[in-house]
Amino acid sequence: MDPNALILARLQFAFTISFHIIFPAFSIGLSAYVATLLVLWKRTGQGHFHRLARFWTKVFAVSFAMGVVSGIPLSYQFGTNWAHFSAVAGNVIGPLIGYEVMTAFFLEATFLGVMLFGWHRVSPWLHVTSAILVALGTAISGFWILSANSWMHTPDGYVLHAGIAYPEDWWRVIFNPSFPYRFAHMMTAAYLTTSVVVLAAGARYLIRNEFEAEGRTMMRMGVGMLAILGPIQLLLGDQHGLNTLQHQPAKIAAIEAHWEDNGPADLVLFALPDAAAEKNRVAITVPHLGSLILTHSWDGRFAGLKDFPRDQRPPVASIFFAFRLMVATGMLLIAMGLVGVVLWWRKQLFTTKWYLHFTARAWFLGFIAILAGWLTTESGRQPYVVYGILRTDQALSPVSSATISASLTLFVLVYCVVFSIGIYYIHRLIWNGPKGEAVKPTALPEGLPNRPLSVADKPTREASGQNPHPPGHATQQREGSRPTDLSTRAPVVGPPPDPATPYPDGTQSPDQAHTPEGLRPSGQPAHEPEETPPSDPAPHDPEEPKS
Amino acid sequence: MIPTDLTGPAFWFPLICAAIIALAVAMYVVLDGFDLGVGILFPYFPQEVQRDQTMNSVAPFWDGNETWLVLGGTGLFVAFPLAYSIVMPALYVPLMLMLLALVFRGVAFEFRWVAKPSHQKWDIAFAAGSTLAAFCQGLMLGGLLNGIQVDGDHFGGGAFDWFSPFSLMCGFGLVIGYAFLGACWLIMKTVEGVERIARRLARPLFVTFLIFIVVVSVWTPLEFDRIAARWFTTPNMYYLIPVPGITVILAVICWRGIVGEHPSLAFIGAVGLFVMAFVGLFISTMPYLVPPSITLWQAAASPKAQGFILAGMSFMVPIILAYTVFVYQTFRGKVRPGEGYH
Repeated sequence: MDPNALILARLQFAFTISFHIIFPAFSIGLSAYVATLLVLWKRTGQGHFHRLARFWTKVFAVSFAMGVVSGIPLSYQFGTNWAHFSAVAGNVIGPLIGYEVMTAFFLEATFLGVMLFGWHRVSPWLHVTSAILVALGTAISGFWILSANSWMHTPDGYVLHAGIAYPEDWWRVIFNPSFPYRFAHMMTAAYLTTSVVVLAAGARYLIRNEFEAEGRTMMRMGVGMLAILGPIQLLLGDQHGLNTLQHQPAKIAAIEAHWEDNGPADLVLFALPDAAAEKNRVAITVPHLGSLILTHSWDGRFAGLKDFPRDQRPPVASIFFAFRLMVATGMLLIAMGLVGVVLWWRKQLFTTKWYLHFTARAWFLGFIAILAGWLTTESGRQPYVVYGILRTDQALSPVSSATISASLTLFVLVYCVVFSIGIYYIHRLIWNGPKGEAVKPTALPEGLPNRPLSVADKPTREASGQNPHPPGHATQQREGSRPTDLSTRAPVVGPPPDPATPYPDGTQSPDQAHTPEGLRPSGQPAHEPEETPPSDPAPHDPEEPKS
Repeated sequence: MIPTDLTGPAFWFPLICAAIIALAVAMYVVLDGFDLGVGILFPYFPQEVQRDQTMNSVAPFWDGNETWLVLGGTGLFVAFPLAYSIVMPALYVPLMLMLLALVFRGVAFEFRWVAKPSHQKWDIAFAAGSTLAAFCQGLMLGGLLNGIQVDGDHFGGGAFDWFSPFSLMCGFGLVIGYAFLGACWLIMKTVEGVERIARRLARPLFVTFLIFIVVVSVWTPLEFDRIAARWFTTPNMYYLIPVPGITVILAVICWRGIVGEHPSLAFIGAVGLFVMAFVGLFISTMPYLVPPSITLWQAAASPKAQGFILAGMSFMVPIILAYTVFVYQTFRGKVRPGEGYH
């Protein structure tokens, strides 16, 4: 075994999965948020819900695409870098991932197409349903992958033959002991993370005195979610901790930097754990509180690190600090939620400057908590990759450290460049805000689509704030932009533009509704026509497909 | 080769799983084949509006298309963990390059519009990413057919074992093949200038692709005795005669589509040719998952694992196919310049 290969392969997996988790965690929450907004819009008819739904759909599209391309390598890394893990655990967790692909990935990918590009092609009812299905797909995806991950922590329902795990009872495999806690904890974390981003965006708009209706809605929804989910998350985390103590006591001992079980445990608030000396160097502790938290009793005892042989202990320092980072961030989020509710109740939520400025800058806190939490739990499983069954240093593929370091270098380069640009675009999108006209849900949402397929590219163009085409180019192309034979086209949804009706943005040309974003002459706003209400929003338009 | 001591699920489940994975890989090759092909041909469309049009013709589908790649990969992991744990390290280098190439072309779909008017770098990312991904897939195919050195239950060779004249040829062949498929897709989905260029490109690509099919058909039996035995012994020969026969008929149909007026005939023929090439390779390698040593029965997960996944596949795969049809149906019809999908 090449020790360099091991550390490089671990680095590569840690790097790729840490980058990846940012996007699905955001997408899980955001898809649910968009679906909620669309349902609210359909039920209340308030235009700002529609603007918000469209706005966050654009952000979602960019985030989801990055989640897809960063996720595909992971499903192959099990084999390329962790071949022995695949051989040992494949019989059990393979099918769980297979179910994720079949029940979630295709559901998401397909209805994402309808959600992004189908605003005008399918009935509003089917469109809202698609958004709900995408949200459901992301949650189902979380269900399966967290089940597989939980099984690696608390394997159950299997038998070992010649070192290979074989499934015995699928129910016990899927609902293994840590799964319900991990699933609840992670899904809540995803919804919390998105709520913080939504809250931060709302606060930014209120600070800038722009998009006030949308900003207030975002803040109210964000604060409400934080105030409800934050305390729930604390409770779930506590329960998850008790579950971990039961099944992975070494992880808890590392989290608490608890070396010796010699009486009721202190809570170590801060310390510098020294694994070699088997003690904490500097420590600030609260007597009995450790016992109280982990055993829910004043004098409870739990195992210390010294109760485990050295070669079965996880790395203490990284787990200890990552856990504290997660808890501190979580507490801050809970405080943000509770303070927000108090301000809301006093009708000062939108006017309290320090709160607006703080939340506007706090958008990333959820991501920090998620990354720190995953670092804690995954490091805490070490030195095992499948707890008690397979050690990480035995799971490796027979590949050389040169190969892995070359691919690791490429991954780092490509991810840093590509995803930094993507995150920058998301930032610009949010900065530009939910522009557009209010739309009634009784009608088809808008005028003719210009490029319904390009919801994802439109935002990016908006983000750039540039006119994509030189004007000369545009005029030349607009000749051909009008279809000559309507009957050969796929179903036209939405009313045809009325040449006599001036558009609200001051343009007269009905062609604009047909003209793609990129083909508009310069000097006109790059974002308006798609948001333009139809000149005749009658839902019984003859060209509307009867669906 | 084919086990005589296995009965019931232990015999049938691996066979059915292999068939479903083969279906997933075939779906991937055809579906992502045309959208990679569109990327490969990107530089041949000089005007920006033409590039917009070619990209628009695949934008709503690429995500779903790539999901078949994930199904193929995880399917192998699920149903044949042993084969997965041997093949993936063996094909490490081309596989990693392919995944990185797919990152570039995937984000190019979104980012290209941002950078306008200075979007050339994303044009390059889209074209180069698509070409490299296709080439790597060819290398992997060639490397797999070449055979993988197995040591006990794991890969026993070196990082560049997959590299050979044959795998290089497969790499070029697949780039040409995908480009051909992409050209036929553009004939079906676009109009005017783009369609004209696509028709012009399709002719030499068609000829080159057929040459590659012939070369592979001659090279593999000459190089690999097991493949020669599969095709050129009686009675196999009589059963397998239809494979080249149907291929010839499809080639004729495809050519008529390229030179004629019918919009979708060329694409239908091209898909048919790909399916037949795939069937041919399937026949050549069966029952090996890791040629020339590990059969699908040897690599199979336990019947319990396969049964569990088959239960899900038996109703999920039809639903997934229904989704796929639904999306292609929703976004059917030609893409006109600047028009997107109406």
